[in-house]
Amino acid sequence: MAEPFLEIKDLTVAYDENVIMRDVNFTVNAQDVFVIMGASGCGKSTLLTVLTGLKRPLKGTELFDGQPFWGNNATKADRDASMRKAGILYQSGALWSSMTLAENIALPLEQYTDLTPAEIRDIVALKLDLVGLGGFQDYYPAEISGGMKKRAGLARALALDPQIVFFDEPSAGLDPISSKNLDDLILQIKENLHTTIVIVTHELPSIFAIGTNSIYLDAQTKTVIAGGNPNELLKNPPNETIEHFLTRGKK
Amino acid sequence: MSAFAVLQKDEKNRSAELTLSGEWLIKEHPDNRDGIIDEFAAPGFSRVVLNGKGITCWDSQLIAFLVRLLSLCRKNKVDYSLVDFPHGIESLLDLAFAVPERKQEDRSVQKESCLVFLGNIALHSWAATRAAYFFARRTYASFVRFLLKRAVVRKGDILSEIQDAGVKAFPIVSLICFLVGLILAFVGSIQLKMFGAQIYVSSLVAIAVTRVMGAIMGGVIMAGRTGASYAATLGSMQVNEEVDALKTMGISPFDFLVLPRVLALSLMMPLLTIYADLMGIMGGAFVGIFMLGLSPEDYFRMTLKALSMKNIIIGIVHGSVYGVIIALCGCYQGINCGRNASAVGYATTAAVVHSIVWMTVATAILTFMFSVFGV
Ligand SMILES: Nc1ncnc2c1ncn2[C@@H]1O[C@H](COP(=O)(O)OP(=O)(O)OP(=O)(O)O)[C@@H](O)[C@H]1O
Ligand SMILES: [Mg+2]
Repeated sequence: MAEPFLEIKDLTVAYDENVIMRDVNFTVNAQDVFVIMGASGCGKSTLLTVLTGLKRPLKGTELFDGQPFWGNNATKADRDASMRKAGILYQSGALWSSMTLAENIALPLEQYTDLTPAEIRDIVALKLDLVGLGGFQDYYPAEISGGMKKRAGLARALALDPQIVFFDEPSAGLDPISSKNLDDLILQIKENLHTTIVIVTHELPSIFAIGTNSIYLDAQTKTVIAGGNPNELLKNPPNETIEHFLTRGKK
Repeated sequence: MSAFAVLQKDEKNRSAELTLSGEWLIKEHPDNRDGIIDEFAAPGFSRVVLNGKGITCWDSQLIAFLVRLLSLCRKNKVDYSLVDFPHGIESLLDLAFAVPERKQEDRSVQKESCLVFLGNIALHSWAATRAAYFFARRTYASFVRFLLKRAVVRKGDILSEIQDAGVKAFPIVSLICFLVGLILAFVGSIQLKMFGAQIYVSSLVAIAVTRVMGAIMGGVIMAGRTGASYAATLGSMQVNEEVDALKTMGISPFDFLVLPRVLALSLMMPLLTIYADLMGIMGGAFVGIFMLGLSPEDYFRMTLKALSMKNIIIGIVHGSVYGVIIALCGCYQGINCGRNASAVGYATTAAVVHSIVWMTVATAILTFMFSVFGV
């Protein structure tokens, strides 16, 4: 069961001379819901851009499903090949605004499969149904609401049946009910498609409801100061910062 | 009514009392505010009592004033106490002092010597030139992939970009180039009339427009219209993480976004140049026929005589070069746009300015080359 999917070793990330995190180590096991926590500005989004190959770390290695991704002489082609097994839901949805929802979801399929247009149309309809947006094929991203954009982005992230999905603050800007529905959706995807999930979030209810493993990034020390199952962390917090974070400063 | 602050000092005990009264609102402030702050900055007392009994109403003005005074007290190690202040002020003050002020790295620009300044400019321009060069090279690589049918690009995108840079630009190009032809003819005719040589207006317009004016006017219009729109579109895609989404999907933004635009504009600019030439000649003819009283046959006969394939081709070469320059400048600014709304504005402006600067440079180089080769 607990096969490692992402293995991060000694990862140091910087913008020019400004080091954001130093010597970060963690492992995401297959079928984990792995939560990246931390105060605002500690570098969670930055970490995600490194994990998805957009930003080169200063040093350190990443293994993606056993394959080199950063370090170990990994090339851009290796990263592209690995990212084909991944889906990403961006903070804003990041749908391509000049294309309809159907075209957005179809693009990766056209790109990386030999399916016929009719088959692609069926798959697109299925993915939209899965996220509760059936019938919105011909809408442009500008014509739907923020929450719908997130769901459409999720449908696109799931287009190629990825083995791992990265989420950047999926519930930011959603009302509590939509946020809960999104959590349920994420859990369903994980259960039914056996996906590994890496998620950046501040939402405590989400963290406890869906997280199976986690790390807490600290902006002061620029390292990981805690890790493990969020519910366990809540029971025995290893330090005050994390206790503060998980209990919202109450207690 | 307004705000009052009275400071009473007791020299003997090295103590003081500051009494505040009146309406402490943003739109009012006590006349002696600065004087009191100066007193607190160099205090002749070691204890101070602040009394707020007479305050009738207050807002951030009062809090800001108190924060200023109390931080001076803390700095100068003066004991202070607050008495009789309205409810809520103390907790706001606590809030203001709760987080220690962040020690920022000094962001102010240090004064540099002239040489350092020049050096920085040189380094900066060198870096910018290199970046532009790599951008052009990657676009070229993407073009080669396109020829080998390996580029990820949608045909529909290319076609709609062509339509946008072509047919949709016709009205504005028509208007401007017609007027430019008209102006040329008008200004030329004033001189030529003196010699009774109005008929040569047609030659003047034909040569000027085909050789360079058509291309330049077309270029300036397209820089403002299409180059700016490329920068704005790609820039906001950058802001929305859409470019990231492409990259992580293994789709090169050069193939998918830059190539269709560069192709479209490079293909359309030569055609637009020909069209602009035509419109310019029409503008000239308007003046020649309706204002100088030349007969249409004469006018167009002289125009045909003045037109030469050489000039037309030189114009088209200019136009093609401008097309590539405008598309590259627009896309470069868009792809390298920062992640906020004002960055998009900056990218758009920069796209237009850089396009026009580089068009001028290219014109100079082309003119020089044509004259060296005696064309
Ligand atoms: N493009 C950039 N250039 C330079 N510094 C950056 C850049 N982007 C982010 N940073 C810095 O990196 C740090 C981490 O930013 P990041 O966006 O990763 O934070 P975050 O943990 O995602 O915060 P939030 O929870 O608010 O989204 C911040 O201190 C920020 O100043
Ligand atoms: Mg973030």
